[in-house]
Amino acid sequence: MTLVKNVTCPICGTLCDDLELEVEGNSIIDVRNACAISEAKFLNFNDPKHRNMKPLARKDGELIEVSLEEAIERSARILAEASYPILYGWSCTSCQAIRVGIELAEEVGGVIDNTSTVCHGPSILSIQNVGIPTCTLGQIRHRADLIVYWASDPYSAHPRHIERYTSFSDGRFQESEWEHYVARLRGILGKKRISRASARVLMHEISIPAITGLKLPPKFETKKRKLIVVDVRKTRSAEIADFFIQVEPNKDFELLQALRLLVKDEDLEVDKVGGVPVDLLEDVADTLISCNFGVFFFGVGLTMSAGKHQNIDAAIALTKDLNYRTKFAIIPMRGHFNVAGANIVSTWQTGYPFAVDFSHNYPRYNPGETSVVDILQRDETDASLIIASDPVSNFPRSAVQNLVKNPMIAIDPVISPTTIMADVVIPSAFVGIEAEGTAYRMDRVPLPMKKVVEPPKICLTDEEILQRILLQVRRIKQTGGKA
Amino acid sequence: MNELLIKNGFVYDPLNRINGEIIDIAICDGKIVKEVKNGKSIDASGMVVMPGGVDIHSHIAGAKVNAARLLRPEDHYKDVEPKTALTRSGVGYSIPSTFTTGYRYARMGWTTVMEPAMPPLKAKHTHEELNDTPMVDKGAYPLLGNNWFVLEYLRAKMYDECAAFVAWMMNATKGYAIKLVNPGGLEAWGFGRNVRDIDDPVPNFDITPREIIQGLCKVNQLLNLPHTIHVHINNLGKPGNYVTTLETMKCVENLASDNKPIMHLTHCQFSAFAGEDWRTFKSASDEIAEYVNSHSHVTLDMGQIIFTHTTTMTADGPFQFTLYQITGNKWVNNDVETETSSGIVPFQYKRKNYVHATQWTIGLELALQIKDPWKIFLTTDHPNAGPFTAYPKIIAWLMSRKAREEVMKKINKKTRRKALLSTIDREYSLYEIVISTRAGQAKSLGLKNKGHLGVGADADISIYDLNPNETNLADNPKTIAHAFKNAAYTIKDGEIVVKDGEVVKPVSGRTYWVNMKAESNTLEIEPELKRAFERYYTVKYENYLVPQNFSDHQTPLTVKAKIKL
Repeated sequence: MTLVKNVTCPICGTLCDDLELEVEGNSIIDVRNACAISEAKFLNFNDPKHRNMKPLARKDGELIEVSLEEAIERSARILAEASYPILYGWSCTSCQAIRVGIELAEEVGGVIDNTSTVCHGPSILSIQNVGIPTCTLGQIRHRADLIVYWASDPYSAHPRHIERYTSFSDGRFQESEWEHYVARLRGILGKKRISRASARVLMHEISIPAITGLKLPPKFETKKRKLIVVDVRKTRSAEIADFFIQVEPNKDFELLQALRLLVKDEDLEVDKVGGVPVDLLEDVADTLISCNFGVFFFGVGLTMSAGKHQNIDAAIALTKDLNYRTKFAIIPMRGHFNVAGANIVSTWQTGYPFAVDFSHNYPRYNPGETSVVDILQRDETDASLIIASDPVSNFPRSAVQNLVKNPMIAIDPVISPTTIMADVVIPSAFVGIEAEGTAYRMDRVPLPMKKVVEPPKICLTDEEILQRILLQVRRIKQTGGKA
Repeated sequence: MNELLIKNGFVYDPLNRINGEIIDIAICDGKIVKEVKNGKSIDASGMVVMPGGVDIHSHIAGAKVNAARLLRPEDHYKDVEPKTALTRSGVGYSIPSTFTTGYRYARMGWTTVMEPAMPPLKAKHTHEELNDTPMVDKGAYPLLGNNWFVLEYLRAKMYDECAAFVAWMMNATKGYAIKLVNPGGLEAWGFGRNVRDIDDPVPNFDITPREIIQGLCKVNQLLNLPHTIHVHINNLGKPGNYVTTLETMKCVENLASDNKPIMHLTHCQFSAFAGEDWRTFKSASDEIAEYVNSHSHVTLDMGQIIFTHTTTMTADGPFQFTLYQITGNKWVNNDVETETSSGIVPFQYKRKNYVHATQWTIGLELALQIKDPWKIFLTTDHPNAGPFTAYPKIIAWLMSRKAREEVMKKINKKTRRKALLSTIDREYSLYEIVISTRAGQAKSLGLKNKGHLGVGADADISIYDLNPNETNLADNPKTIAHAFKNAAYTIKDGEIVVKDGEVVKPVSGRTYWVNMKAESNTLEIEPELKRAFERYYTVKYENYLVPQNFSDHQTPLTVKAKIKL
């Protein structure tokens, strides 16, 4: 048995790099330091129930096993013969694979787009509008005394985010709030018990102080490191916050703009904004101004609700305004472990972070026109290569209909609705478990992904598969279509 | 054996004191040799032959360059490079994509480019991009002037330990030189503050910028690094900052010996401002030039302004915030834990703006008033003062008073009335241009095989269609600019990679880094470093390091330190 240390986790944008894996032979038998999602992946990734183990190609409507060479050749032919193919996915693979993917897209004159087109695409459009004051997560750990999660639920989606980088982490200038939180939890539990007993004996309940309400809780102002959660519902993260602000659905934009006005000492002549009393907002604005270092983390709840990139415009503008008064940063909570890397590689090679169209022989970028969902809905594409993602289960139905009616290549280690609907399926190795490479954390810090165990022989890495398709495409183009 | 002979060209090779003589240059297997017997030859008659261009300071790769690319699609739309049979596609303008960056440098005859600001935590990013930047040899300077370990070692005056740390850092990040940006000020920016001058203590760290600059200068000497410390001063871009510049240069005066440079003060144009505010703003180029003319421990580069749309980006977060406040343009700030900050603001330099026009004169005044061309080099601090593609234009300005006067006619009237530049007659010779764009920069970088054409040098050569015997260059600035814009030939490691301004052979180019050779491990800083690392960073020690095989064509330069590490 060997213990592999400092393993980077291939799940979410938090990209924890302190995992320890116990490996016996060629299997992982135990995982340390990981969250539940990560542990489940490391221990079960090789389950034959959901692992692609054979190259497949569709013949007479059926997916049947073919040789890897044939699958590569079929893929290359589909791409070489297509007039406007789309190459989509990329957020769960390595930067090395993405590099080759862009070269392939350029070679076939297609469109390359990554999953940010359906998650933080609006955040990118906003950054292109107004910029972004941001920082790496270590800055938050060392310095932030005010942490705001807005429309994101790290407790469920990025389970170790709070512990590694924010409220429960120890930094040079800030201490972990963990003990205070445990004490508070104990207090609440105790009060609940008393309340229940009192209900039984005295026939009336003793009220428990709520973390949400019409005004900030007592002692909030003097607390050293504050955690505020803003969301449309009371999430698990909200439960550990010092204060929870419940905003009406699709009213984030109004709430953010209201805070902007208050931060600029303007009057608000209404009683409530987005369901939140202005009186309370005034106190919140004051909290934002009076911190030494504050940060907003925002999730898809803000990018994909009404207003989309305008919500982010408002959030970034608020952060910029706050920098006139104190130090403030804003960080998008990126989902897939290398979605940031997909944007980064695309940007350095083409100038644009997603939705890059090579049909004119040079990179073009116009989200709405060159983004895959829009291309699919206009039914403009005639072939696709999907890698490390599952658009068939995530895209709008009308887009999926047009996606599956044309030849589709799927490169994925796992079986998904996309691989089931594909015309060619190429099994690949799991990046971060069976293949190495680079990935970028949500704050764009590069981290190495480790190869911990050997992949099954038939499963090449994404990089190798794409290299072989690219080579084959070039061969087909040189010989004018003859094999 | 791959042989090549360049015949009958006017050769300019200042490091070997060759000034326009007609000499044949022989190349074998990527190196310059005495003679070759067979092989191809290039007839360079009527052309000038010189070492390939060297750029000591150009932001071409890494986290903030890429953040700027992302920030500015409008910068790319009108400037595209289609894919060809040989080359990859890409976009410009002020922040070109990686492939385009390499091709554009090579087309102008440049063969070595240094990325001057690498946040160590994001070193892998810089190297991944350098790996995708073809045609030129590269290197990157890790940002160390605000690193907590450095500040703590220097506060305790533990110079040997600090040197051991910097040596470790060069290896960990595959870095080339020590870079200081607003020393101390960026740590203060972590809480939204800055330092006022080189004696203003850094909050929470009880050390002054002066101590940081002196300390790292000593460390650089102890380690015997090929380049000097590379300094972006405190107070950059503020009226009256020439005083800080003078103090920064003075503070290491007594560390110098044997007339050897020990400090490179970069993009000096931005650090030569007099006046109390933007209204009373004026040039202090004469003060800086006077000092540099009478001292030999500093080298500078220009950071010459170009009147165009560009993108400013520096590690100097507080300065970029000021630019955001001035312009109201979109603004990126990105602080990096334990190490540095950075900022990006799009910017347009306008001819008719008094400050911008004066900045334009300052860069040229510095280059023309500093008598020794080995002390000041041509740069635009790409893309801060303008894109590197403007170098041919600047060469023409330096070589031709006529070219400068043509611009002077169009700029802000107040600047025109006041500028010292209009009284300066000096015109650079081709020989001086070669020093300013090649020999001097290679020498300052300590790249012994670059910047000259002596036997044993790398065969990185540029040939321009320019005949100094037939044309009076000073009277024909357009001829100069045109020739330098499109090299007749660029030769990289003995191969013709560009012909008539077109890429004919894509090559990768190396990435240089300094591999410190330790005699013995008398100073064991690693255990302590590993312990502190867990507290200071959010990544693991092992995952921070850039492995030797991380990117293709890594080329370590072995350096022996003066102390035992």
